[in-house]
Amino acid sequence: MRIPTPTVLMLLVSGFTILSVAQNPALQLPPTAVAGKPLAISASGQGKGMFYLIGPAGVLKQAVDFGQDISISGEDLTISGMYQAVACGPDGCTNKTIQVQPSDPARLNFLLHPSRVPVSAHNAVNATVLVFDRYRNTVLAPTKVTFRISLAKQAVSERSILTTRGVAWFGMDSRPTQGALEVTATLGEASEPRVIQQVASEACHLRMTATSNGRTVNLQTDPIRDCAGNPLPDGTIVSFTKLDSAGKSTVDTPIKKEKATAQFTVSGRARISVACGVVVGNEVALGGGL
Amino acid sequence: MKRGLPLIIAVVTAVLLAAGWLQAGGLKNRAVRSGSTPDAAARALLTDIQARNWDRAYADLDHSNDIQQADFVREIAGTDGSLRTYSSLQGYDVWPVHADANHATMRVRFNWSSALGSLDEVRDLSVVRDSGAWKVVWPKPNFAKVPLSVLPVNYLRWDVIGRRSDDWGAATVDSPQVRILSMNAVDRPDSVVIVGEVENEDTVPAYINISATLLKPDGSPLAQQDSFDVISHSLLPKQVAPYRIDFPGARLSQVKSVRIDAHPLLIPASADPIIAVENQNVSKDALGRTILTGALVNQSGQIVNIAQVLAVFYDASGKAIWVSDGYVDQALMPQGPVPFAVDIPADVASRMHDYHVVVNHYTAPTA
Repeated sequence: MRIPTPTVLMLLVSGFTILSVAQNPALQLPPTAVAGKPLAISASGQGKGMFYLIGPAGVLKQAVDFGQDISISGEDLTISGMYQAVACGPDGCTNKTIQVQPSDPARLNFLLHPSRVPVSAHNAVNATVLVFDRYRNTVLAPTKVTFRISLAKQAVSERSILTTRGVAWFGMDSRPTQGALEVTATLGEASEPRVIQQVASEACHLRMTATSNGRTVNLQTDPIRDCAGNPLPDGTIVSFTKLDSAGKSTVDTPIKKEKATAQFTVSGRARISVACGVVVGNEVALGGGL
Repeated sequence: MKRGLPLIIAVVTAVLLAAGWLQAGGLKNRAVRSGSTPDAAARALLTDIQARNWDRAYADLDHSNDIQQADFVREIAGTDGSLRTYSSLQGYDVWPVHADANHATMRVRFNWSSALGSLDEVRDLSVVRDSGAWKVVWPKPNFAKVPLSVLPVNYLRWDVIGRRSDDWGAATVDSPQVRILSMNAVDRPDSVVIVGEVENEDTVPAYINISATLLKPDGSPLAQQDSFDVISHSLLPKQVAPYRIDFPGARLSQVKSVRIDAHPLLIPASADPIIAVENQNVSKDALGRTILTGALVNQSGQIVNIAQVLAVFYDASGKAIWVSDGYVDQALMPQGPVPFAVDIPADVASRMHDYHVVVNHYTAPTA
């Protein structure tokens, strides 16, 4: 029978422990056990009594006949950690502790961060794996986790890392080409894929051209790419600024199909500049500039 | 005696009504209504506008410029969900600028109470004498007339789909990456103001709020505020926008350092509408204040109901020294220019070397 109030029972057991005497039933149990595996505890002595197994997440209570083994099922030992076994007879109680170890690694949690990363960023991608057994106990023993890194149109690479106290991690640079970067963490049968997007970095060599039609000037940038040649995504804002005798005019326009366009009406000589974020492009002077 | 009591009651009632009328400014209103002076004519018009009595206000105008009542009402009362439609004339000041026998110019400061706070507007009204009465010549509104046409709009839109997973490490999407490009603490006569600029460095739209904490010399917080509405909250990829955070009552001498935090959120957004800011110029208004004027042109096909202008001013070294903001009370109709003006404090105007204007906008969802 499980009793879901371990705090109260802890107090009881503490009391039993204080009252225990040498003639009490003796418990014999291995120093360690494995989560999910049944356990047999030898309780020497005579007569009937009560047995308690106090674990990290609950308490097991059962009536026992001293002199016979006490069987603990694997289902009652699914949580790893320190357990306290307490046997109480007519003359008092005795107790012993046992460490329940996690079972074999069976599942993993995988965090690949960030979900978007600019290309060619140093040590910008972080992969972290936590290893668990089938009962979600952290497996503290060193375990080898394999990471499979793949990017479209590029060779797949692998690296294996031993966990330290249940955690395996590594950092890496983002690749120079934009696109989905898939990293799959594998541990035995368990496999967890994650995908992050490598996106274009800042604009590079931002340049526009102007065509004039009377007082109207049409502006169009060259394809806007980063320094590695990746096109900046559609929707990225490009700012055009015109300065002429009518004053200053600005328009923020999004990139469409790698280019940004704008139109201004010009009064006399004018100077027009372009920028994308903190990157400044070329400047066009019309009518001799200002 | 039977007739005496009703007679007394009737007389007393009449006296009380007359007293009430006088108390309520009846004589004054009567004088105002008559348009006997340019000031009276202007005040009569403003009284009718305040009471939203459009018929009488229009009737009081001089009609020599062929102004139509619908245009007059549209300009004053607003339309298309503009900020003016959520405003009322709270008060006004009138004073003469020029007057001769048949023509006068009255300067009027309108104080509009709007859904977004108090808005001031200064106008010079021309008043003419016609058949012995003074009448205001309301300038004929010049609404943009755009010919019927089809405007293809195919700008990008970002949607956020799915739901977050509670499992640690499960595939999710990070908040946008934003960067505070600059931050400057400015001592004002009655406050400390933090101004600067922020950039959305990411490839997805961001909803951003900026908070700042003033720290005392011992490191303890003095005050904390956020940018509230003096920021463009929605930033598209690589968009740069100014922000201003006010600390009323604080003094810079009390402040050892400033802690500033940006709080970005991933949001759905659209790259439309595009609003151009044209013909920006620094000039003086009728009251002699330095202002930045220009015109907003909505290049989209949708009406923008409410627009807010944010202007950041830089000194000669390129440092942001002030951020002004102002709401535009007209809706931005497609392709039509709408004028705007924002104040520049006198001390900023003397140090200002350059400026950058961005537009914040609100468009009511369509049914």
